[in-house]
Amino acid sequence: MLDGNVGAGRLGEVFALELTSARGRCAGCGAEAQIAEARAFVEAPGLVLRCASCDNALVVLVRTDNRYVLGMSGLAWLELRG
Amino acid sequence: MAGTAVLGRLKPLTWRVASVADIHEETPRTRTLVLDVEDWEPHRPGQHVDIRLTAEDGYQAERSYSIGSAPRHGAFDLTVERIDDGEVSPYLVDEVRRGDSFEIRGPVGGYFVWEPHQGGPLLLLAGGSGVVPLMSMLRVRPPEVAARLVYSSRTLDDVIYRDELETFGDTVVLTLTREERSGVRTGRVDDELLRQVGFGPNENPRIYICGPTGFVEAVASTLVKLGHAPERVHTERFGPTGR
Repeated sequence: MLDGNVGAGRLGEVFALELTSARGRCAGCGAEAQIAEARAFVEAPGLVLRCASCDNALVVLVRTDNRYVLGMSGLAWLELRG
Repeated sequence: MAGTAVLGRLKPLTWRVASVADIHEETPRTRTLVLDVEDWEPHRPGQHVDIRLTAEDGYQAERSYSIGSAPRHGAFDLTVERIDDGEVSPYLVDEVRRGDSFEIRGPVGGYFVWEPHQGGPLLLLAGGSGVVPLMSMLRVRPPEVAARLVYSSRTLDDVIYRDELETFGDTVVLTLTREERSGVRTGRVDDELLRQVGFGPNENPRIYICGPTGFVEAVASTLVKLGHAPERVHTERFGPTGR
């Protein structure tokens, strides 16, 4: 089992600010944590980060040849430091 | 200049080429690769890089490895442990030769990071090759910052950076889980050991735990039970990539 730290490189291709140290609130259960603390799955077609408290998918990032597809509906909000 | 810093961050993160400048055997299962990268800026201790290997048929495998060296310009060191059924680590540990090159992305990560200006005390807990990013922190720690590294290893021969760790004296506490050796502790990192050698919650240490998931979760919950604030506890887990 991996955690959100492993997503830093993939997310870094898309976000200007460092995302794994950002704090977010799970839209499913309301738990607040840093993205690095989520559970990470990288063998799916892309990166999936799930809430460590309720397993809700917080972030899904899929890379294809010429585009990124990003889903973040599992996050109620995100606080990035910059 | 603030504007310069912002522009620095806005440079898109992409893959670039690292070439193997040197190789050191650490243990029978691990070795350190010294990697040269053009325009490499010093990393922040605790950060990692992603490595991407591409097969002739176009199949790609991507894995993350922590940087073990102190930050420097132009190069960094990765220490990699062989996972026997792994896709990337057997190549890095058994096959790669000086002069070879592959793609890297990084340095990345901003959560599992400690820099000297953050101060201490610094409590580092390593399970197996989880010692690698913690070593980067220990290597830059100024003498005035109190620190302790508690390192759990299966056997003495599995201890990475053993000679260098001995030079740190009481700062490093080693415990073996699968072997008994005279003069070395045995057993898991439990509440008794942490009470003995860790800093107390009243000292408010910055805590970094890295290792296999089971190790990280057991040690993190023990520390919180001992009264350490959860927000002082930083964790990095490694293990199988899926499921």
